[in-house]
Amino acid sequence: MNNIWQSFGSLKQSEKHLETVENEFQEDLVAEQDNLGILDAKAPRRDFLKYLGFSTAAATIAASCEMPVKKSIPFANKPDNVIPGVANYFATTFTQDGDVQSVVAKVRDGRPIKIEGNDLSPLTKGSTSARAQASVLDLYDTARLRYPAQIKEGQLSEIPTFESADKAIGAAMAAAAGKAVVILTNTITSPSTKQLVTEFLSKQPAGSRHVTYDAVSYSGLIEANALSYGQKAIPSYHFDNAKVVVSLGADFLGTWLSPVEFAKQYAKGRKIDEKKIGLSKHYQFESILSMTGANADERFTHKPSEAGKVAISLLNAINGAGVAVTDAKLKAGIEKAAKDLKAAAGAALVVSGSNDVNVQVVVNAINEALGANGKTINWAVTSNYRQGIDADMTQLVADMNAGTIGTLLIAGANPAYDYVAADKFVSGLSKVGLTVSFNTRLDETTEKCKFVIPDHHYLESWGDASAKSGYFSFIQPTIYPLFRTRQWQDSLLRWMGGVVTVAAKTVADSTAAAAPAAKSNNDYLAYLKAYWIAKLGSQGAWDQALRDGVINPETMPVGGATHSAGATAAAVAALAAAPAGGAWEVQLYEKVSIGAGSQATNPWLQELPDPITKATWDNYAVVSAAAAKQLLNIDVTDNGDLDSYEVNPGKPVIKIAVNGKEILLPAIIVPGTQTNTIGIALGYGRSEKAGIAAKGAGQNAFKLSTLAGANVSLAGINAKVEKTGDTYEIAQNQVHGSYEGRVEVVRETSLATFAMHPTMFKHERDKLAEEYAPKTEDYRNEGSLYDPRLNDRPGMKWGMSIDLNSCTGCGACVVACNAENNIPVVGKTEVLRGHDMHWMRIDRYYVTKAGANPDDLSDVVFMPMLCQHCDNAPCENVCPVAATNHSSEGLNQMTYNRCIGTRYCANNCPYKVRRFNWADYTGADSFKDNQVGHVSDITLEMNDELTRMVLNPDVTVRSRGVIEKCSFCVQRLQAGKLEAKKQNRTVVDGEIKVACQQACPSEAIVFGDSNDKKSAIAGMRDHNPLRLYYALEQVHVLPNVNYLAKVRNTDEMMMAEQKPKAHAEAEHS
Amino acid sequence: MLKFRRRSHFFLSCLLVASLISVTNLAAQDGKTLFNNNCASCHKMDQNLTGPALMGVHDRWGDDKMLHMWVKNWPQAVATGNAYAVKMKDWAPSAMTVFSALSDAEVDAILKYIKEWVPAVAKPPVVGDPATAPNKDNSLLFGIVTLVMAVVALLLLGVNSSLRKLADDKDGIRSLEPLPFWKQKKYLALASVLFFVLSGVYLSKGAVESGRSKNYQPVQPIYYSHKVHAGVNQINCLYCHGGAQESKHSNIPSVNVCMNCHLAINEYKGEPLYAEDGTEIDGTNEIKKLYEYAGFTPGTVWDPSKAKPIEWVRIHNLPDHVYFNHAQHVKAGKVNCQTCHGEIQNMGEVYQYSDLSMGWCINCHRETKVQFYDSTKGEGNKFYSIYEKFHNDLKSGKMDSVTVESIGGTECQKCHY
Repeated sequence: MNNIWQSFGSLKQSEKHLETVENEFQEDLVAEQDNLGILDAKAPRRDFLKYLGFSTAAATIAASCEMPVKKSIPFANKPDNVIPGVANYFATTFTQDGDVQSVVAKVRDGRPIKIEGNDLSPLTKGSTSARAQASVLDLYDTARLRYPAQIKEGQLSEIPTFESADKAIGAAMAAAAGKAVVILTNTITSPSTKQLVTEFLSKQPAGSRHVTYDAVSYSGLIEANALSYGQKAIPSYHFDNAKVVVSLGADFLGTWLSPVEFAKQYAKGRKIDEKKIGLSKHYQFESILSMTGANADERFTHKPSEAGKVAISLLNAINGAGVAVTDAKLKAGIEKAAKDLKAAAGAALVVSGSNDVNVQVVVNAINEALGANGKTINWAVTSNYRQGIDADMTQLVADMNAGTIGTLLIAGANPAYDYVAADKFVSGLSKVGLTVSFNTRLDETTEKCKFVIPDHHYLESWGDASAKSGYFSFIQPTIYPLFRTRQWQDSLLRWMGGVVTVAAKTVADSTAAAAPAAKSNNDYLAYLKAYWIAKLGSQGAWDQALRDGVINPETMPVGGATHSAGATAAAVAALAAAPAGGAWEVQLYEKVSIGAGSQATNPWLQELPDPITKATWDNYAVVSAAAAKQLLNIDVTDNGDLDSYEVNPGKPVIKIAVNGKEILLPAIIVPGTQTNTIGIALGYGRSEKAGIAAKGAGQNAFKLSTLAGANVSLAGINAKVEKTGDTYEIAQNQVHGSYEGRVEVVRETSLATFAMHPTMFKHERDKLAEEYAPKTEDYRNEGSLYDPRLNDRPGMKWGMSIDLNSCTGCGACVVACNAENNIPVVGKTEVLRGHDMHWMRIDRYYVTKAGANPDDLSDVVFMPMLCQHCDNAPCENVCPVAATNHSSEGLNQMTYNRCIGTRYCANNCPYKVRRFNWADYTGADSFKDNQVGHVSDITLEMNDELTRMVLNPDVTVRSRGVIEKCSFCVQRLQAGKLEAKKQNRTVVDGEIKVACQQACPSEAIVFGDSNDKKSAIAGMRDHNPLRLYYALEQVHVLPNVNYLAKVRNTDEMMMAEQKPKAHAEAEHS
Repeated sequence: MLKFRRRSHFFLSCLLVASLISVTNLAAQDGKTLFNNNCASCHKMDQNLTGPALMGVHDRWGDDKMLHMWVKNWPQAVATGNAYAVKMKDWAPSAMTVFSALSDAEVDAILKYIKEWVPAVAKPPVVGDPATAPNKDNSLLFGIVTLVMAVVALLLLGVNSSLRKLADDKDGIRSLEPLPFWKQKKYLALASVLFFVLSGVYLSKGAVESGRSKNYQPVQPIYYSHKVHAGVNQINCLYCHGGAQESKHSNIPSVNVCMNCHLAINEYKGEPLYAEDGTEIDGTNEIKKLYEYAGFTPGTVWDPSKAKPIEWVRIHNLPDHVYFNHAQHVKAGKVNCQTCHGEIQNMGEVYQYSDLSMGWCINCHRETKVQFYDSTKGEGNKFYSIYEKFHNDLKSGKMDSVTVESIGGTECQKCHY
């Protein structure tokens, strides 16, 4: 009935696709490469003998060599809390572009090596985003600036000491005296820094100010709230209280405001209690297929220029007026959404990703009509995630160009790269007397400043952050600064001179208003401490706050704000009069991994495949299947066209022009994109000087953004698009593995179908038992050739459950796995060859009705795929050297030092989860030149002495020629068991978490000892018998990973209303 | 061989570790043991260490009750206002530990030991002491004898053949000129087979051994004698290598740990020390080397921030793909240090006692019994209670013991991941 497919080729079963599936391991042995037979091959028998002789001789010599002498150097004075080999954990906070995530840094022998979420935070509840997971790698980036410097024409000239830098900058500031001093930052969530900035500016000439600028602006939302609610702020959202969520282009699970927090809330409504089947309902109206859209129950597309119309229509529909949209499907969607919203009034929420004030005013009116104010929208606690106002930046750039700014201090912001009028900003920079950048790397803006005083990485810093009013999180250093860097707050304090008075009363929500004013000298740590001790009352309370990492109200206060409908009418009128779009429109968007580009220099994030396109290392133009036919002359229903497009990594390049600015990008066909829309990801095309990972990675799409009124718009509503003759290679990784057509690996249905036939999935499993275990109905034991007693192992048996309904596809697990398990970064060229090394991948499946237009997606399913740790593992039987075998705890073990690299196991794995080290990616082999010419620049970079500090010392760094795969984080299992033994007790369920599980914001992954009947994993299997399935259970490999089938909340009936028995055959035919 | 040694150590190790963890469990009122376990790391009889010399402590205190109170809870003794207690309160370099767990009987035993202690009379080294003389190697003698016998045998064979030839000649039987044996096929074949077999044996043995370093005994920057510290002075292993209980590494102590005692001990007065090559070691000079690293001048106040780490030569090396955890063995498995490191308390400079090969590890895992929790005795580790089946089998007599192997201790991913 439904087709479930990963690529157009698999949908159409095209010839080339089948051929590539057949030749999954394309590389032949050296002798077979030229098809000449063994004697005439490049490496014939004689060569073989030569190599054999040489290696024997070499081995003999090597064996007779003396072993190197190693030193063992203890501390001179051992700190009390450090035991070599035992990790310490410090609570700190990941802050970036206004995102705040309370985290815990794992510090092993003085080096932070892993970031985990802080369980004490009620907002993120111990989970993290992919970017927070990857942030530890930024600490060891070789491109970090290592000393203060003067910059002339992009070249750094080192300043030997901070004192001389301070002197030079002081002199320059004095020279610019009388003119305004401006501090330009992205959103600052730190209350103490804000106070410090205010104090610093109070001593500067008139006109001095702090300008907050966000690369991706939310100023439309903030200003709309000022109009509707009288508050220039962003409220807190409660997706967990919403039974119906409608998102108008807001990617709230991936990139919008605080995705980790929202994913956590959203997942609550997406879990199914099989005894009382029900789900929250999620509608998405958008122009391109976002990750959030992929998770939606029902999804409707519109042109970017119609965003206002959709909002008005929704408002009208809720108010009972007619919907004036011409597209019938969209119209029906709006009406349906309105109906559901109204029915769920008080538990409904509408959010919009637009930066247009008018759209947001209309959305506020919608929420007001639904009674969301004070229920799902909470004004009692406001969010600080984004604070930039676009008009302020416009004014600043004008002032800079007018020459009225004397000094510009830049921290965190990078407008030369991401501002809508970057060229104007750059020309303005040259007219400012003194420009100082505090950035950690030589980014596009820093390059054009006069001085740089490099800032610490956050893992080296002190600080505080407030995600929401009343919610505080603290930053403490986890390592001594690696380079000659200084926190920018320290610089401000130095330049202010003298002693600063910290007055408690200046803090609006101080809990200790009466506390005496404390004094601090010119050092930010002292300032911060004085600030907080004044607020908290005692040193002890401050110590406790640092230890916990967070201070929160016990329960979150919930309240509404007074809504004034005054602005609504004007907004509706303005939107109705908005210009119509052209034939082609451009929608700029953020990727989950790269965001606005501040972490584009991070190799883990660059190699993390996009959830939808599964592409790495690049951005591209996303077009629909319909547009592909029209624009590129590629018909995805035609096998010939398909093969030339899909099997070759080279994608046709198109030229896109908006407002006279052009960009050349390869096109990727994503079904479900609006026909006239082209989607382009932001954050790519960064300067190579900022980090080697950014070299050659995509194009900067910020230049296509436009100013619509006062605010920056990411929609280019009148674009010119033309095809060029060129192609450009995009490294997508989903095309690599294949299930040989076994699409039943993923199971999904609609809620209506599931309610009607609750045993539809279970029936499949029962049928297997009936067929293969007629005597005992015990499929596991009777269906096997092997002695069932092999399965009867006492002790622990590790198991995992993955709920496809909860998984949003965000990829935090993948990066967490990379960090935990020393997984190499291979670079674009290697990903193109199918040599990607990720132990965990998230497969994306499109679901369409049989024969339907591929653009009409019914559903998108994300399926995390990792080693299934089969009890009857096909990989184990074929290994000639028993390098992979089974443990008594149910683990499929991989022993690298025994592996000889035949790859038989990878060939025989039905899940395609085994990875082969084609080259010496980690520099683990002892011969020097192993890497030259075989690995990419970025891989070499990852092998730098500095970057290698991120490696987990408990996990082997694999060498060339061996297979590797998910180990269920066996190092964590062993450490957890040992801890229990040390304490003379059994392992407590839940205390051992695997890396992917710990990072997951939506709690889709449950892990534990399935032999323990009281464990969460056993409970998961017991309580969900209806959705429980094992991937490819019919091949009887007996996985230890189970999945829970995806059920999307639609009333579509996917099978006839027959008795459960008969319809099962029809399913997945 | 391994088997016997381990069995014999098993009981000992249990005892020792038990004594480490809880002194009160030790019923024996052995004053010497109690002294060594509790007092010896800070006190000597005849010399001030971290704590004062204890010889004559009874006379100095006079009041036995007060002395008891001081040992068990010295702040309480100070609080009574006793003049001597008040005086001792400010003893430098550090305050005494409170031994509230010691019973009165135990304190008595210690005090009795102190009272009866007499300084050992230093024995002058006896020249030619048969016990200390190196073992005579007789293989040379045997070799010479064998060689002489072989020559005699060859001569006799020659004589035999000459005589036979003469006899044959006499009988008129013409014999062929005999081929020398090195030209005879059977000898050549035998020699080449021998050559290949021997070289094969040596090659494979060499290959198997390559990368192993049993008996490795490098020269260290300071001649540190475990014999003096752990043997003669009975300092507990975990005093310096405490990490062995907590971590995968058994840490090498930092300089400040050495200085805990060596602030006071600045000369070596024990038995003469000999290096491996027989040269005598001046112990006091070695302590001076420590002071150089520590940046300490005797008689002054030590500033620990001046200390520099000592670059010891690492003896026990495992390949990078092996994960070994000391805490698992020392704390959870209650294995004695000596099981793997040999009679460390008798070693001058340490050498690698075991070959640390995988076979050696596996053997031990096959033979060592897991200490299941025994509720009647209150012994063993409760972690293993999850192995219900084994517990039942033990009870029903189906199994007589559970080894590390039976709970998966020889699986690859216990050590390789």
